[in-house]
Amino acid sequence: MKLPTPPLPKALRPKPARPGSRPPRNGSQANGSVQDLRPGTANGSGDRPSKGGGSTIDREALREKAHEVPIGIAGWLDERSGASPFARGFLYRKTPKGTNWAYTLGSATMFAFVSQAVTGVFLAMYYNPAPADAYESIARISNEVFLGEFVRGMHRWGSTVMVVLIFLHMARTFFYGAYKYPRELNWLIGVVLVVLTLAMALTGYLLPFDQRGFWATVVAVNINSSAPIMGPYLADFLRGGAEFTATTLSRFYSIHMLLVPGLIAVLIGAHLYLVAKLGITAPPWLKAEKDKALSRDEI
Amino acid sequence: MNAKEKEQYLRDYSVLKNQGKSFFPYAIAKDGTMALITMLVIIFMALALGAELGPKADATTTSFVPRPEWYFFFLFELLRVIKPPALTFMASIGIPTIWLVLLLLLPFFDRGPERHPLRRPIATLAGIATIAGMAYLTVLGALAGSPNEIELQARGQEDGKLATASAGCLGCHTIGENGNAIGPELTDVGARLPRQAIARTLLNPTAPMPTYQELQQKDPEKFQDIVDFLASLK
Ligand code: HEM
Repeated sequence: MKLPTPPLPKALRPKPARPGSRPPRNGSQANGSVQDLRPGTANGSGDRPSKGGGSTIDREALREKAHEVPIGIAGWLDERSGASPFARGFLYRKTPKGTNWAYTLGSATMFAFVSQAVTGVFLAMYYNPAPADAYESIARISNEVFLGEFVRGMHRWGSTVMVVLIFLHMARTFFYGAYKYPRELNWLIGVVLVVLTLAMALTGYLLPFDQRGFWATVVAVNINSSAPIMGPYLADFLRGGAEFTATTLSRFYSIHMLLVPGLIAVLIGAHLYLVAKLGITAPPWLKAEKDKALSRDEI
Repeated sequence: MNAKEKEQYLRDYSVLKNQGKSFFPYAIAKDGTMALITMLVIIFMALALGAELGPKADATTTSFVPRPEWYFFFLFELLRVIKPPALTFMASIGIPTIWLVLLLLLPFFDRGPERHPLRRPIATLAGIATIAGMAYLTVLGALAGSPNEIELQARGQEDGKLATASAGCLGCHTIGENGNAIGPELTDVGARLPRQAIARTLLNPTAPMPTYQELQQKDPEKFQDIVDFLASLK
């Protein structure tokens, strides 16, 4: 008795031919339907070098194989991760009619964050968060390290750009009413991201350990400690005690380069997941033309 | 929004979405262009403006100018605009916190189905007023000169004046024409407070003022100069 063969899992089924390439061989095509007019392919599987004695190098077949390497890699990954439906869903989701340049502010904010992360990694290679050496290590970055001042400049002005962009993005979502159903949660995550971004700016200001940053931070932390209930605890947490001490600097450093950016990265991930899941809002002045759309969809 | 309005919204939205274009490559091309512009702006600013490094932090000989980054000016300026000491708390913590809570809760109290900015005038006006207020405070903060210049008419006391100027009191207090009115005015503290009280305040200030304990321990003479100078202001 012969059992019916179960269908192949999706990942193992032969891929449909790419436009412009040859139709699949090995009989998966209905007999006689091959319409390929190029020479040498008239008889289906004739161009396999292994069949033709192995000595002749079929350049064309090799080239074709080389072309398929990236697809092969993607396929290999996909077979093991199942990621391609997600990637496809993310890339080929539709953005509604009428989306304009204001809709790029969110991704620009994310880009500024990535730029901060990258320049920050390079600064961290040279920075030393010890009160006795912090200032000197920053001076070394500026004066000795190759392109050091440039990277510092990028990190410094990148923070300004990111703050400006995040506020613009927030204004966009506010005026477009994008915080309303069903995107309330994304707005909440966004507000937390604003707070975290400002926390980055605040904690980063102390790190060069120059007068300006130091005293501005002293005042800011003191303002913090005057807040009710949580205030004093938060201030103590920031300072690492009741006073500004040697641990304060390394504490700020760790908060600035590990804690807060980690939170921001996770929240950006959640934010983007929701954007892809719920879809981006259409501009509020566009009205859906139901009848036309319906009839078109039905045709 | 009630259930019907929600469903209506989702329907309308799916129609508009269906008429739109695929994220890849259309939206992503715009996003990429914007990312490129962002990158160029950052690079340009880095090259043109550099990254300055002020004098090294020093907790004792303090000539500090507690100036934050410009995008925090509006918060600092709030402290200056709201003068009465009883309200300082409101300025430093109250208003920003209330605003933050309002922002967090926005989607929960503004639940109407209308999204067009012109057809929700309250939200739109509140948004514009907030932006205008922040812009106004930022400009005020930018125009406020360096708070560290002391030009008080000489009354002897050169040492004390210098020490006071370099201690950065004027970052938050005014003396005569100089300084920022974040904290109470010092022009006539001598008349209001005895010397001991002034010294006590310097050692155990109320937040957000920093303490000058360290200065007192490391350089008692200078500390004394400051106290003398302030006590002489009548
Ligand atoms: C690190 C900060 C942030 C990043 C990287 C980010 C990123 C994004 C991106 C890429 C989008 C897609 C649409 C667009 O670009 O406009 C988006 C949408 C959105 N963002 Fe953000 N965002 C951030 C902060 C915020 C803030 C501060 C808010 C508001 C308080 C916010 C609220 C929203 C909302 C409501 C949407 C949905 C908009 C719509 O569907 O039209 N985001 N965000």
